[in-house]
Amino acid sequence: MANLQSNTAGIISPNPFWLASAPPANSGDQIKRAFDHGWGGAVWKTLGQPIQNVSSRFAGLHYKGTKNIGFNNIELITDRSLETNFREIAEVKKSHPEHAIIVSLMVETKQEWQDIIKRSIDAGADGLELNFGCPHGMCERGMGSAVGQEPAVNEEITSWAMEYSTVPVLVKLTPNVGDIVPHGLAAQAGGANGVSLINTIKSIIGVDIDRQVINPRVGELSSNGGYCGAAVKPIALHMCASLARDPGFKIPISGIGGVSSWRDAVEFILLGASSVQVCTEVMLRGYRVVEDMIEGLENYMDEYGFENLDQMTGKAIPSYSNWGNLDLNFETIAKIDADKCIGCYDCVVACQDGAHQCLFPADEGKKRVPVIDESECVGCNLCEIVCPVPGCITMEEVDNGFAPATWNEHVNDGKPLRPKKGAH
Amino acid sequence: MTTKRTDITPDRSETVFEEFKPPYNKMQAAVEANRCLYCEDAPCIKACPTSIDIPTFIRKIATDNVKGSAKTIFESNVLGMSCARVCPVEVLCVGDCVFNEMDQPPIQIGKLQRYSTDVAYEKEWTYFEAGEDTGKNVGIVGAGPAALATAHELRRLGHAVTLYEKREVIGGLNTTGIAPYKMKADASVDEVNWILSIGGIEVKTGFEVGKDATLEELDAKHDALVLAFGLGPDSSLSAVGEDLEGVYGAVEYIELFKVGQVDVSGVKNAVVVGGGNTALDAVRELRGLGVESVTLAYRGREPGMSGYAHEWKAGKVEGVRAAFGTQPIAFEGAGKVEGIKCVRLDEKKKTIEGSEHVLPADLVLLAIGQGKLGELAASLPGVVVEKGCVQVDAGGATGRPGVYAAGDAANGGTEVVYAAAEGKKAAHAIDAYFKGQA
Repeated sequence: MANLQSNTAGIISPNPFWLASAPPANSGDQIKRAFDHGWGGAVWKTLGQPIQNVSSRFAGLHYKGTKNIGFNNIELITDRSLETNFREIAEVKKSHPEHAIIVSLMVETKQEWQDIIKRSIDAGADGLELNFGCPHGMCERGMGSAVGQEPAVNEEITSWAMEYSTVPVLVKLTPNVGDIVPHGLAAQAGGANGVSLINTIKSIIGVDIDRQVINPRVGELSSNGGYCGAAVKPIALHMCASLARDPGFKIPISGIGGVSSWRDAVEFILLGASSVQVCTEVMLRGYRVVEDMIEGLENYMDEYGFENLDQMTGKAIPSYSNWGNLDLNFETIAKIDADKCIGCYDCVVACQDGAHQCLFPADEGKKRVPVIDESECVGCNLCEIVCPVPGCITMEEVDNGFAPATWNEHVNDGKPLRPKKGAH
Repeated sequence: MTTKRTDITPDRSETVFEEFKPPYNKMQAAVEANRCLYCEDAPCIKACPTSIDIPTFIRKIATDNVKGSAKTIFESNVLGMSCARVCPVEVLCVGDCVFNEMDQPPIQIGKLQRYSTDVAYEKEWTYFEAGEDTGKNVGIVGAGPAALATAHELRRLGHAVTLYEKREVIGGLNTTGIAPYKMKADASVDEVNWILSIGGIEVKTGFEVGKDATLEELDAKHDALVLAFGLGPDSSLSAVGEDLEGVYGAVEYIELFKVGQVDVSGVKNAVVVGGGNTALDAVRELRGLGVESVTLAYRGREPGMSGYAHEWKAGKVEGVRAAFGTQPIAFEGAGKVEGIKCVRLDEKKKTIEGSEHVLPADLVLLAIGQGKLGELAASLPGVVVEKGCVQVDAGGATGRPGVYAAGDAANGGTEVVYAAAEGKKAAHAIDAYFKGQA
C-alpha cells in the first residue's frame, strides 16, 4: 500500500490534499470538520488587516448543462479579527496535531510582516504562505498580485519573511504574468522554502445579459474577479510544469488550480507538485470529496507501483519538451471500428470543417460508417476527440520508413522529413 | 394576436386523463437537449416525414434560443405542436436516433419538440405572414391536419383559402380522435387557432359536400380544389345485433368523449374489437375512463396486430385483457348489448369447430377500420379512385387539373405527420400549377 504522506518544503501532512486559502479554510470549526473528513492540511484563509466584503461575491461559469466548470470570486482576505483567528489556529492545532496548518498572510509594512509572522507561529502554524497572488481588491491597495507581478518586490518581501520565520515559508504566485519562471525564481532568491501556484486568474466570468451588468453584481456595478475551478487546470498545470522543469528552480511546489478529483491531483504531482490545494470543488461539493481523492490517489499509486509521493513527483516532467524537439516523422492515422460506430458523423463534420478533410460519409445505402482517406489523414486526433463512443476511433502509429527527425535536427543537421500530408 | 376562431366545451369526459408522457420543464429540456450529439446528416431528420431539422431545433433548446427552436420546427411542420404529442416517435425519429446503436437511451425528440412548441404557444410567438395576394382562391374540403397544413402553406404563398368542414369543430381527428393521454381536444383547437392566425383562411363549418354544394360546384368556384376529407365512418361487422344499444364504432365513441360526455358508470365489461392502433387507443381510453374490465378481441394472434407494439405494451400495463384468435359473429341482448357470440380462429384465421362462446359485454367498440370516402370524388371527371383512396402523384395532384388530395383521403389513413407533409407538398404543387398557368 502506497504511503501518502506529503512533505512540501518541510511541511508534513498525512496526505497531499490541502484546503487552499479560501472560504473553506475560513474558521477553526470548518477546518476541524475538514480534518475529520481526512484533509491532510489547510492553508488558513489569508490573515491581514481584516476587511469588509461585498455582496454578492461569487459567480459560476456553466457549459452545456454542466454548472460551474469555472468559478470566480471578488471576496477579499479574512474579515474576522486576528485575535479570533489565532485563537482558533491554536485550538485546531491542539485537536488535530497530525494535520498541517499553513497560515496565509498578506500585510504591507516590514513591521506588520514581523508581527503577524510571530503571532502565526506562536499560534502553532506548521508553515506560512505569503499571498502574493490575489488579483482583485487587495492589489488595488498595493498587496496580493501587485507584489507577485514584480519580481524585485516579491524577492524583497520574501526575504523579510525568511528573516522572521522559524517555520517553512511558501510563496503563493499569481498566474497573471507573461512567464511564471522569473517569479518563481524571485521567490527562491528571496529564500522561500517553496512556492504554491496558481492563485486565481484575473477575469470577468460573464455578463448578466438581461441587466447588461457584469457578474457577480454589486448593485449595478461589478469588478474583475479571480477565476478558478476545473476550467483553469490546464493553465495551472503549464505553470507548475514550467517551474518544475526549469533547471534553476530547485524548491518544492504546492499545486493549485482546478483540482477537482484524484486524477487532477495525480497530474499535478506528475508535473512536479508535492502537495495539491483545493478550494472550488469543496465550495461546490463540501469537504467529503476528499475521501475519494485519497482513495483514488492510493489506487493509482498502487497500480503504477509508486511507494511514496517522492517517487511520483515530477515523473512526467521529462515528457515536457519544446516543440522543436518533437519527432516530425512520428505518424499516426485514425482507425474507425465499424462495429462500434453509431453513425453520428460528428467526426465527419469535424474533419471536414475543422481539420484536414480526410473523413467522408459512407456511400448512399451503405452502413453509416465514415470512410477515411488515409493518404490525407494528418493524425490530428480531432475525430477521436469528438467521437461519442469509447474506443471507436483510435489513433494508430504507422511505420512510414523515416528515421526520427525533429525540427531542430532538420534545420541544424539536415535530417530528412517525411512528405507532408493534408497540405493540399 | 391570435384570433379566436373556434372553441370547444370544457365539459368533456376526456379531461379526466393524465398525460402519458408528462412535459419537460425548462431544466429537464436543457439536460436532454445537451445529450443530443448534433449528428451531421442526421438519421432522425430522414425518419421524419416532414424532415424537421431535429439536431438544430434541439441545439437551440440547449442554447436557450427556444424562439428559434420552435421556428425551426414550424418551418418544416406547422402542426409541430400536435405532432410532438401524437407522433409515433418510437418508430420514426426516436427510433432512428444513433444512441439506439449503443448502450444509451435515444434522445426524447418528441418531448423536446413539445417543449419548444408549447413555449411558443404560451408566449404567443408567431412566425409566419401571408404572402402577397396572388388573386387565386383555393377550396379545401375538410379541416383536419392535411387541410390545415395545405391552407397554411397556401397562405404563405399568397393564395386565398376556404375550408369546407362538415363538423362544427375543426381540426379533424386531431380534435375528435387523439387519445387524451397524448393530446386533448382543447390543445388541438389551440393549434387550429394558431394556424388560422396567419389570416385569410375562411372556414365554413356545418358544410356538407353533396348537400350544401357538390364537388363540381366547389371545383368551378375555386382556382384549385383540395380533397382533404379524411376517412368515413367506422366499418361494420355486418353481424346480427350490431344495432343493439351499447355497440359503437370506435372512432364514433372516441369522438363522443373527446368533444362531449360519455357515461361508463354502468359498464362492467367493455370489449373492443380489432387489433390496430384505433383498437389500442380505445382499450387504453376505456381503462382510463374507469371501466374495470376491458378486453381486446382480435381475430389474429398477438404478433400479427397492426397496432404499435409499444402501445399494446402500455395497454397491458394498464390492465387490458386480450382475447386473441377471437371472431365476433353476433351481438346478443334484449335491446341493449349483453354479450358477444364469438368463435375461435386458428393460426390461419380459420374457424375452429365447436369453439362458439359468449364474451360478456355491455359496451362494444368496433375498431376494424374506417370506410374510405374516395368515392365522393369519383364523380369528378379525371379523378381516379382505387380502394376508396383518391389517387395522387408525389405533389398530391389527381388526374384532374387543379384538383389535389392530401391526408387520409389519399393515403388511406395514417399518422398526422404524413398529413402535414402531404398538405405542404400539395400547397407547393398548387402554387407551381398556378405559375404554370400564368
